[in-house]
Amino acid sequence: MKLYEYNAKNIFKKGGIPVGEGYIAKNPEEAQEAASKIKKPVALKSQVLVGGRGKAGGIKFAETPKEALNVSKALFSTKLKGETVETILVEEKIKIKKEYYLSVIMDRTNRKPLIMASKEGGVDIEELAEKNPERIVKYHLNPLDEFLPYQAREIAIKMGVENPLVSKMGSIIWMLYGVFNKYDATLAEINPLVLTEDSILAADAKLDVDDDALYKHRELRELEEYKKEEFAYVKLDGDIAVIGNGAGLTLSSMDMLKLYGGEPAVFLDIGGGASQENIEKALNLVISDGDVKVVFLNVLGGITRADDVARGIVNVQNASKRKVSLVIRLTGTNEEEGQRILTEAGVSFETSMESAARKAVELCME
Amino acid sequence: MIILDENTKCIVQGVTGKQGSFHTKQMLDYETKIMAGTSPGKGGQKFGSINIYNSIEEARKQLNINASIIFVPAPFAKDAAFEAISQLDLVVIITEHIPVHDSAQIVEYARRNDTIVVGPNTPGIISPGVGKLGIMPTHIFDAGNIGIVSRSGTLTYEVAYQITRAGMGQSTCLGIGGDPIVGLDFSDVLSMFEEDDDTDAAVLIGEIGGNAEERVAEFIENNISKPVVAYIAGTTAPPGKRMGHAGAIIEGETGTAESKINAFKEAGVDVANSPSEIVELINKSF
Repeated sequence: MKLYEYNAKNIFKKGGIPVGEGYIAKNPEEAQEAASKIKKPVALKSQVLVGGRGKAGGIKFAETPKEALNVSKALFSTKLKGETVETILVEEKIKIKKEYYLSVIMDRTNRKPLIMASKEGGVDIEELAEKNPERIVKYHLNPLDEFLPYQAREIAIKMGVENPLVSKMGSIIWMLYGVFNKYDATLAEINPLVLTEDSILAADAKLDVDDDALYKHRELRELEEYKKEEFAYVKLDGDIAVIGNGAGLTLSSMDMLKLYGGEPAVFLDIGGGASQENIEKALNLVISDGDVKVVFLNVLGGITRADDVARGIVNVQNASKRKVSLVIRLTGTNEEEGQRILTEAGVSFETSMESAARKAVELCME
Repeated sequence: MIILDENTKCIVQGVTGKQGSFHTKQMLDYETKIMAGTSPGKGGQKFGSINIYNSIEEARKQLNINASIIFVPAPFAKDAAFEAISQLDLVVIITEHIPVHDSAQIVEYARRNDTIVVGPNTPGIISPGVGKLGIMPTHIFDAGNIGIVSRSGTLTYEVAYQITRAGMGQSTCLGIGGDPIVGLDFSDVLSMFEEDDDTDAAVLIGEIGGNAEERVAEFIENNISKPVVAYIAGTTAPPGKRMGHAGAIIEGETGTAESKINAFKEAGVDVANSPSEIVELINKSF
């Protein structure tokens, strides 16, 4: 789950990381009010989850509350890379002396958390990573060992920050790792971390939390970003819904469909061990989609049981009002029972994925 | 065969749960050496013919056990894995949705203890005719000389099934797990196939997301002399969409099917366009 900047900043602040004074605005009037409270020129920052917000025009400045009202009107009516702006974070406009980059990610290649830090932060960090990777300090952490403040200061020293900043930078790195760890994050990033005349603070904040760890974090489940996804569901442009058990098999089913000239309308992975109710929900979900002409259901049961799947199919077939062609490939654990249930209900099925994919494409062309 | 052979004696952690009990019965039916199960608080009870213990330590006082398979729910899986890693040589973690921070700790703890971890989020491992520590349906496998290693669950079954129907069989078939962080990786398993007398060729099944396939491609070029056929699921997936579990996220330059297929081709590895083409390419490689 990706967090909006303002929620990430609240969490960073609780973790001891300095952030600027800011207020949330849900409409232009609230933005104006926020600017009046701050009593200084402000930055109006669109709260969206897409990357490259600044370059896409999602951050504007205003000298007065009146200007904040007008500027935020424009922001609320734009879309940033397809995402509507529903919230604006109003902050004091800061005078930047220097920008740094700090992040912690879960590095799947080395299977360890990785801290990255650079004294050349800002919007061009990706370019820097490509052209001068040596200017980004990389430090892997052992997930079983404690990360101590002196290690964080060593990173600050390697970054090349000036002496008076070593302790401060070290403590921010140490606290950022603390947030990363406490909230089961897969990414915690500050870009830029800004040095002003009299302070150092996180001008932006990114926090991605592991969906599988949300059960541990009640406060995160109350955020507006939290939407419980039962299935991995992706809407596509074609007319055949592809439902499978497991990402690999579902992806491969989609590839086969395309190979035979079909176009997927939906990618839906029911995952492992789906119950009869899950199957019914999945089928009803795609059948209710008007773009779907044919449903290609490919189940090769391991932990998923073919008899549960068959019962779900029969129930949906009997109850659904909208009739779409159903091409079923059902095999694997408890397949005799599953296939018997389908046969008794008069539902035909395939046993090979190739023949099922071909049949789905043929039916769609009729 | 690799990892799972006639000397593997296993305990089931979470034997009384819904998945644990169902699949323990399946593993016993396949004549796998399942020696016992654990379920804290239910020690002294029986599950079919095997005894249930409160802990692995308790079981090991009575029985010779060197492996574990874990079915306990995600919030308790790290605890179960540490218990097993500290005492056994092989731990297969079937549980899915384990927090990635927990998995990182599990994998590091296994490295320190020199224990093999398969998974998490894996269908497990099967050496046809010898046994299975996993959740795969058994009738689609047959003993033979093809080793299969895969990041996917069900797609592995699909490929094994096609190989079996073509009259061939498998030495060992292993799912490394679909999560971003897993124990054994592609190169570990291919190295074992390389050393294994029962394996004459290997099939590698990957999918979009991550860079495990790109990394192993180079490894194969330098270290594996037996024929390897690769297949990548997700060639038609639109970029930037989350297609399934954490493993299948397209990220940056690496991660796309194209990047993976190119890496294999550059390393001289045959790449199949569909599961059925895998069989043709294996036949050609001999």
